[in-house]
Amino acid sequence: MATAKNKLVQWEPTDIKKELLKKYPAKVARKRAKQILINEALENTTPEITANVRTIPGIITMRGCTYAGCKGVIMGPTRDIVNLVHGPIGCSFYAWLTRRNQTDAGVDGENYMTYCFSTDMQDSDIIFGGEKKLAAAIQEVYDLFHPRAITIFATCPVGLIGDDIHTVARNMKEKLGDCNVFAFSCEGYKGVSQSAGHHIANNQVFTHMVGENDEIKPGEYKINLLGEYNIGGDGFEIDRVLRKCGITTISTFSGNSTYDQFASSHTADLSCVMCHRSINYVADMMETKYGIPWIKVNFIGAKSTIKSLRKIAEYFGDQKLIDRVEAVIAEEMPAVDAVQQDVLPRTQGKTAMLFVGGSRAHHYQDLFAEMGMRTLAAGYEFAHRDDYEGRHVIPNLKVDADSRNIEELEVEADPARFKPRKSETELQSLIEQGFRFKDYDGIIPDMDSGSLVIDDLNQYEAEKLVELMKPDIFCAGIKEKFSIQKLGIPMKQLHSYDSGGPYAGFQGAINFYKEIDRLVNSRVWGYLKAPWQENPELSATYVWE
Amino acid sequence: MLLRHTPKEITERSAVTINPAKTCQPVGAMYAALGIHGCLPHSHGSQGCCAYHRSALTRHYKEPVSAATSSFTEGSSVFGGQANLLQAINNIFTVYNPEVIAVHTTCLSETIGDDLSQIFDKARKEGTVPEGKTLIGASTPSYVGSHVTGFSNMVKAMADLAEPTGKKNGKVNVIPGWVEPADMEEIKRLAQLVGADITLFPDTSGVLNGPLSGEFHMFPQGGVTVAELMDCGSAIGTLALGEWCSADAARLLDTKCKVPCRILDMPFGLKATDRFVDALRIVAGTVVPDEINYERGQLVDLISDMHQYFYQKKVALFGDPDQLIAMTEFLVSIDMWPVHLVTGTPGKRFERRIKELTKGLPYEVNVRAKGDMFLLHQWIKNEPVDLLIGNTYGKYIARDEDIPFIRWGFPILDRQGHQYFPTVGYKGGLRFLEKVLNALLDRQDRDATEQKFELVY
Repeated sequence: MATAKNKLVQWEPTDIKKELLKKYPAKVARKRAKQILINEALENTTPEITANVRTIPGIITMRGCTYAGCKGVIMGPTRDIVNLVHGPIGCSFYAWLTRRNQTDAGVDGENYMTYCFSTDMQDSDIIFGGEKKLAAAIQEVYDLFHPRAITIFATCPVGLIGDDIHTVARNMKEKLGDCNVFAFSCEGYKGVSQSAGHHIANNQVFTHMVGENDEIKPGEYKINLLGEYNIGGDGFEIDRVLRKCGITTISTFSGNSTYDQFASSHTADLSCVMCHRSINYVADMMETKYGIPWIKVNFIGAKSTIKSLRKIAEYFGDQKLIDRVEAVIAEEMPAVDAVQQDVLPRTQGKTAMLFVGGSRAHHYQDLFAEMGMRTLAAGYEFAHRDDYEGRHVIPNLKVDADSRNIEELEVEADPARFKPRKSETELQSLIEQGFRFKDYDGIIPDMDSGSLVIDDLNQYEAEKLVELMKPDIFCAGIKEKFSIQKLGIPMKQLHSYDSGGPYAGFQGAINFYKEIDRLVNSRVWGYLKAPWQENPELSATYVWE
Repeated sequence: MLLRHTPKEITERSAVTINPAKTCQPVGAMYAALGIHGCLPHSHGSQGCCAYHRSALTRHYKEPVSAATSSFTEGSSVFGGQANLLQAINNIFTVYNPEVIAVHTTCLSETIGDDLSQIFDKARKEGTVPEGKTLIGASTPSYVGSHVTGFSNMVKAMADLAEPTGKKNGKVNVIPGWVEPADMEEIKRLAQLVGADITLFPDTSGVLNGPLSGEFHMFPQGGVTVAELMDCGSAIGTLALGEWCSADAARLLDTKCKVPCRILDMPFGLKATDRFVDALRIVAGTVVPDEINYERGQLVDLISDMHQYFYQKKVALFGDPDQLIAMTEFLVSIDMWPVHLVTGTPGKRFERRIKELTKGLPYEVNVRAKGDMFLLHQWIKNEPVDLLIGNTYGKYIARDEDIPFIRWGFPILDRQGHQYFPTVGYKGGLRFLEKVLNALLDRQDRDATEQKFELVY
């Protein structure tokens, strides 16, 4: 039985690490030791952590599979594409509306996100192959809906029985004529986490949609927002702020997206990367093939939002935009400051732990900092070393058996469409002024010395951490929510935001301050023990005795 | 409109399932295994299966759902998952120390052809299964049946722990099927009132409706114990509630241990509860006490009081066969008209049962096993209904077609209370009728003109 009753603040981080590893079989302990890091300031570098390695069988992990990363995360928010899952029914069912991606299809726009499509493979399909059924399913979908595109997702058995989904897709695309059909080899067993699925999805999006529409869209200061999935309406809030600044979003990968946004994304002049993990390679490919530079942004937290807006304005370098951005900040911040000042006395000095995603465990520390809350421990579920230590480690990343079979696209400059957005001198002068392209330093440098950085945290370690360090709030996903809350510690889902959001941008910061204030100060945490449990001894006599 | 592309015109589909009314076997096996005391369910496949099933169950029950996975990689998919499962068993007993590991397979491990019992033998030989600990396994390929089949297969694996002893212990096995923890509690309460000493399995009460007390028990107090399961072979009889969920386990106990069984409907509604109570008192040789007559009378009273609002109201339902069969009977018994029914679970018997139950009503029922919610929606567009009953996914149809909607079934992702308030038995019937009445009258109040808006109904 675990209980978070006794706060052992005197524990040293090294002791905590020891405690976490104590119960494991030796082999497991050795492996986990490399994924648990005590943050320390090194002179010229960041400490090294092991990440993006296999999950240990039997150790209750937070991770999902490649299919989940491909279908659920990247393609899930695409509303005018029919996402058809080739496999037994479950995979499509579980990815059906469960990620809280919001979309705005208007009154009569196409929207298939509320639908769930599957070939519902039966044992006969496993024995005799499912290609015919898949082709028939594509035809039926086309006859019913006439969508612009149909995409196909491979589930585990599809890879094993050898269904050639890419050939089926090619043939059906040819047959249908006015419908783009392509497929993802995103079997759940590939890779070590969702991350492989992001990569597989993004490669195909890049290959089969990006660059299709050369038509120049109206608007100034055109950007792509990469790695923003509109969970709980985050993307809507970011869009609102950008629009207000006069910045035009050509495409979002892939929150509230449409086919045409992907097809036109090569006409933007800057790529802004939100979730580094799930999409940084797309930003690279956009630059190599079309000449679009990229920067890292973060719209989680009011300060980060301001920083990101200023960075975009600085890139375009137009005084009109720079002034507009400052005006928007001045207009938005009083409301944010008011709520921040209101909650601060109740949140200041409290502590948090964040174990989520490939970026959020980093981004959300900014919001907590704005509330005066310290992050004791954090880590990612499916990130790679560069998300921890910064992009400088990318050239030295080890390629192993699992990463080797995730395709890296070879991209070169498009002879017709490549266009440098800025001259060499302009770029150089920006860099000299301190402007950083393609920069991401990772989570580690932003965390306190002595804090814990843990990759692929599991249920046992989570429970131990909470028991030993007793944070005031713990952030992870739905699977972790209730085991943490049983300990009497409030838990906030940072994948799906429970039922809340948006938490991005200015309005999002306000929502988050209020939500965390509600959680850490809820009266319910004071009701865990009945009066007779708190004072079991009868110490007084009744007056009538 | 949220399902704006669904046409009224129905065309035959042979290959694509749209908006399924089922999910896959393993999640059912996982739920069933949580009804064993001290059990850690284990998913033998890719880690995504386990993540999805835990998420689905957690979102429905709003409780911790611990389960482990073999975390297959590409290598294990080629060479088999034995090494992963052996390593998992060792890790699980070392780190979590459960009494039982209940392993279910997935489409991946089934397609490869992993043999659980052979791997279990190897684990025992390697000494990674501590003394007194139990391994059970169920074959649950996702490409056969549905989540209901997976539930049934794990329940059957539980029954397989029973040993024939030739002696009788005077107890009755009750297999409740995939119902809520609160329903299981209610079945136990009814049995206690009847005076029958029962072994309920699986039993998720006390596991998935636990208290918040500042303590996390990975293995909560509830659940049927392995000892009780082993003892099932000495019972005087088995009542299996629901053909799809529970019959296989009951029949196994019959053939393996000579425990006679009766297959009943799930006790939703007056008549099915009557049959359950009657069967229980006969097999246990007891007399039904007045308390139960009183509870039954209360349900009859409520039916009579509410009848005017129910009469000839049309209902569409989707969900699982055992639940829908019992609910159809309940609705017909209160003079409502179930007109459209869909389950994603295969079984022609389902269609036959529904047709039998609605025989004599002045319409031809639309019923489909192995159907989907897309078809149900199309039926509704062609013949509108007054009420929709089903899991949370029904809210999209309900909103588009403006139909009162009752959440009942699995999964319920957007409302709470289903873990705590039963719908089985007479008490459960009261609660269900209250829900029906609220849904219908809230709509009447919403739509009434000012002239017709009334205080008293």
